[in-house]
Amino acid sequence: MSAALLYALAGVALFVIGVAALILQAHLLRKILAFNVMGSGVFLVLVGFGQRSGVPDPVPQAMVLTGIVVALAATALALALARRLLDLNGEMRLPEEEIVRDRLDV
Amino acid sequence: MIFDLLLVTALLVSAVHALSTPDLFRAVVLFIVFGLLMALAWARLNAPDIALAEAAIGAALTGALLLDALGHLHQKRRERSP
Amino acid sequence: MKTLLVASVFVLAGVLGLALGWSMLDLPATAVKLPVEVKAQLAVSGVAHPVTAVLLNFRGYDTLLEIAVLLLALLAILALPQATSSVERCPASANRMNPMLQTVARLLVPLMVLVAGYVLWAGAYRPGGAFQAGAVLAGAGVLLHLAGLLPPWTSPGRALRVGLAFGLLVFIAVAAAVMLQGTLLQYPPAWAGALILLIEAGLTVSLALVLAGLYLALTDTSVQQ
Repeated sequence: MSAALLYALAGVALFVIGVAALILQAHLLRKILAFNVMGSGVFLVLVGFGQRSGVPDPVPQAMVLTGIVVALAATALALALARRLLDLNGEMRLPEEEIVRDRLDV
Repeated sequence: MIFDLLLVTALLVSAVHALSTPDLFRAVVLFIVFGLLMALAWARLNAPDIALAEAAIGAALTGALLLDALGHLHQKRRERSP
Repeated sequence: MKTLLVASVFVLAGVLGLALGWSMLDLPATAVKLPVEVKAQLAVSGVAHPVTAVLLNFRGYDTLLEIAVLLLALLAILALPQATSSVERCPASANRMNPMLQTVARLLVPLMVLVAGYVLWAGAYRPGGAFQAGAVLAGAGVLLHLAGLLPPWTSPGRALRVGLAFGLLVFIAVAAAVMLQGTLLQYPPAWAGALILLIEAGLTVSLALVLAGLYLALTDTSVQQ
């Protein structure tokens, strides 16, 4: 197993960790953190898996460069919406999710 | 290869810790640490452009945005409970 | 009940991870070797660094759409109503007028502008390019705001709005001009280097303003000046 393949598998693990945290956490700021961790995992898979034969590949590297900047923009928009929800509701939690969590007693 | 194993372990541990710690400030700081470790991983993957961009954008700018949102949250809480 | 749900989420996530990993390891080797193709066409692309060539020449359309998406995100953030806070952040504003922070900012920001200019120029030959340069400039903007030398954005003025749209407009103008003598974004090989540098310069300015704007538009507007 080359080093790049190890990073690709680490990317899969990060993605799965992010998915679990996205489902289990209720606070919106933590959901945004989980989403970013998922994105980083996907980028590792893109580059690591493309280079698993050892030769540096510029095409997935360019795609990941684009992806990092777009992920920042998405995070900024998500944070702006979360702050708007904070101003309206008083806390950074989705009201629908509160109802479901109350019913399931989670 | 051993360095890669250690780096991957550090990445996974910092990510799990960032997403599961009850203190939000510690979670954001650990996320910044995770971003810097990712920059190291990109350097190991022969991708110096991505390493530069991840260190500047993924760790620094995202960290600044998250810390600012956290400050806003604390201020709102202080306002509500006089 | 709660531990059962949490445990089931963990188990399902683990199963997903194992399935993804096993399917990844099961894939055959790729048929098309992209690095070889990029290296073959690198001489006519106008730059000497393969990642810059891919980003701005071979897949320039993706970069064009990316800067449009960034501008859209900033417009969406500016369209949200501003937070109205009744309490002024007095301790924070005292922090901002800190003379040591201001001196550090005044010393570092010209250096950051120089670094950004170098990284933009070196993107043609070495790792670097418009995105890294724009990110360094955005960091300089954030540093200036934290030192109290740059006010937060309430509503951008005309010069700022022109600067935000500048990169996208330059890119579209070059793409349209090149379309007159070929297909979209197909640079003539003799002019490719100069066109790429022009586009990258516009992208750096726009990207710096957009990324700094993502931070400046979100900070609290009730700071006591």
